[in-house]
Amino acid sequence: MSAPTEPSRRGVLLGLGIALNAVAATLFAIPIIGYVMSPVRRMAWLAWIPLGPLATFPEHQTRLATYDNPFAKPWDGDTTRIPCWVRRLEGETFQVMAINCTHLGCPVRWFEESSLFLCPCHGGAFYADGKHASGPPPRALYRYESKVEKGVLWIRAGEMPTLGQPEA
Amino acid sequence: MPLLQRLGAVGRWIDDRLQVGDAIVDAATHRVPRSSASWFYVFGSATLVVFMLQVVTGICLATVYSPSAEGAWDSLIWLDYQQPLGWFLRALHGWGSNFMVGLMTVHLVQVFLFGAYKYPRELTWVAGVVLLLCTLGMAFTGQIMRFDQDAYWGLGIGAAIAGRTPFIGPQVVHLILGGPIIAGETLSRFFALHVFVVPGLLIAFVGLHLLLVLRIGINEWPMPGRLVTREHYRKEYEDLVAKDGEAFVPWALQKDLVFAGIVILSLVTCAALVGPIGPNGAPDPSIIQTVPRPDFVFLWLFSVFALLPPWTETVLMLVGPVIAIGILFAVPFVSGTGEKSWKRRPISVVIVVMTLLSIGTLIWLGTYSPWSPVMDAWSSDATPPAYVRGRTPLELQGALLLQSKQCRNCHSLGGEGGLRGPALDDTAMRLTRDQLIRQILQGGGNMPAYGTNLTPAEVDAIVAFLGTMHPTGVPPARDASQTAPPRP
Repeated sequence: MSAPTEPSRRGVLLGLGIALNAVAATLFAIPIIGYVMSPVRRMAWLAWIPLGPLATFPEHQTRLATYDNPFAKPWDGDTTRIPCWVRRLEGETFQVMAINCTHLGCPVRWFEESSLFLCPCHGGAFYADGKHASGPPPRALYRYESKVEKGVLWIRAGEMPTLGQPEA
Repeated sequence: MPLLQRLGAVGRWIDDRLQVGDAIVDAATHRVPRSSASWFYVFGSATLVVFMLQVVTGICLATVYSPSAEGAWDSLIWLDYQQPLGWFLRALHGWGSNFMVGLMTVHLVQVFLFGAYKYPRELTWVAGVVLLLCTLGMAFTGQIMRFDQDAYWGLGIGAAIAGRTPFIGPQVVHLILGGPIIAGETLSRFFALHVFVVPGLLIAFVGLHLLLVLRIGINEWPMPGRLVTREHYRKEYEDLVAKDGEAFVPWALQKDLVFAGIVILSLVTCAALVGPIGPNGAPDPSIIQTVPRPDFVFLWLFSVFALLPPWTETVLMLVGPVIAIGILFAVPFVSGTGEKSWKRRPISVVIVVMTLLSIGTLIWLGTYSPWSPVMDAWSSDATPPAYVRGRTPLELQGALLLQSKQCRNCHSLGGEGGLRGPALDDTAMRLTRDQLIRQILQGGGNMPAYGTNLTPAEVDAIVAFLGTMHPTGVPPARDASQTAPPRP
């Protein structure tokens, strides 16, 4: 008598097993995806960072400044030491530009005598104000928001610049 | 009981419990076409052998390497100079990577030219393409494990490409880097990829690849005119193997064995003679006196990025790889039947030759990057004495300015200096005085404008010097509409 019901009971158990594991797998997967994707959850990493007293940056000159990334972890080592180009125009007017070429992110170098930033990777060149001069870069150098407070230059930075960032 | 018999008994006991002996014997003795035991058929197995060596040397390196942004570079220096034989293990692993990519490329070209991807081996090819991508993935992530300046800025280039993704660029960058900048979590992410994720995929797909080779059989030597059809191929292959086949072991294995031995010996010799690859400077981004270059496996891509027209770049960087990989996957489904022999497939031969020539040329260009300024040419490359002998003071002033204004970073004189702009040795033959002035002030043709950076007197001097840049006896260029030709 029980013979006809057995397959159906087995079917129910199999269905229950699959459903149970589907739920378990989903519950298991959600935290893993959340863990791996956690860097994406935050939209922007930006903080005001002091670059140094005004006296460090002579007028009408472009100088390299280095700051420690404010979102650093203790085991980041030297990778937190982020450089940027500080161009002091006059008085408290500054133009602070990212080191990264807008083409593919290599570090541009300032050449005082020819007033150019040159990139060592694919030969991008930028004028003193960061505008594109020649080569493959699609646009001007990235520009950081900056301010002067109590004789100290501050910039708003913290993440690797990408093409979404404001330009010089 | 004699020792041998005792061992035999132990072996039989184990196999009685494991039940794998028959399968192994079947696999070893399965019949393959005599024609496929050829020296052309040894590259796949050699790639696998090098991969197994990579696993061994990789595990050894992982026992000393410190996968943290703070300690990675120091541990590499330790491996190179302090750890007994650390330099040799690093050399074996680094050169093993080059060998693996090289052998895999030869294997890819061989199976393509021999039509091995055609029916019924489509999925063998597909698994092979996955293995190609995984191997390149290992090469890229491995380059990052060598956490030096090239690794740092290579990551920067990767992030900059990802950052060009429309709308979600910054999010993609943060996901790849594991945070807002290249730092500790970036290295840890790529370490996890390099030692767990990608090798896991590699092992799985090597298994599938081998299983398919075993199940479907090694591709027979392609004969021109013997067409592959879905209706008859399997039967024809069976007949071929029955009539003209041999056991895989030892018939086909012997050449694989000899070649694998040669490959391993070459690798060991290469590692011992050339030594480990890098690391170069410490990954400190504040050291900007660096000229980042990828390993040769990716050098051709680096060249492509310099030479693409800028307006096509974003699209080609993001869509190009998808199309290229798509084409590779599609090969067996586009031409799954028909002629196998390369002698009757001229288009395939042309594709292979053109691709290899293009990649080879791009790698060669990448080794000296003519598109990059030579950053120290202005202060290190002298003006050839012949160019300053017997010149006027104004012309000499121009020669000085040409150095001090860093023109030499992009323009060469006497074969020294940058290759980004044209050599200036005969520039007076190509441009008139007026054209020179215009070119310097306004730039153009990939040259920055110097109008705001030079005084009129400086421009005068530079143009006077450049006006002397023509071979003796050959007159400089002149504006035909303006003046009479200069006296000889």
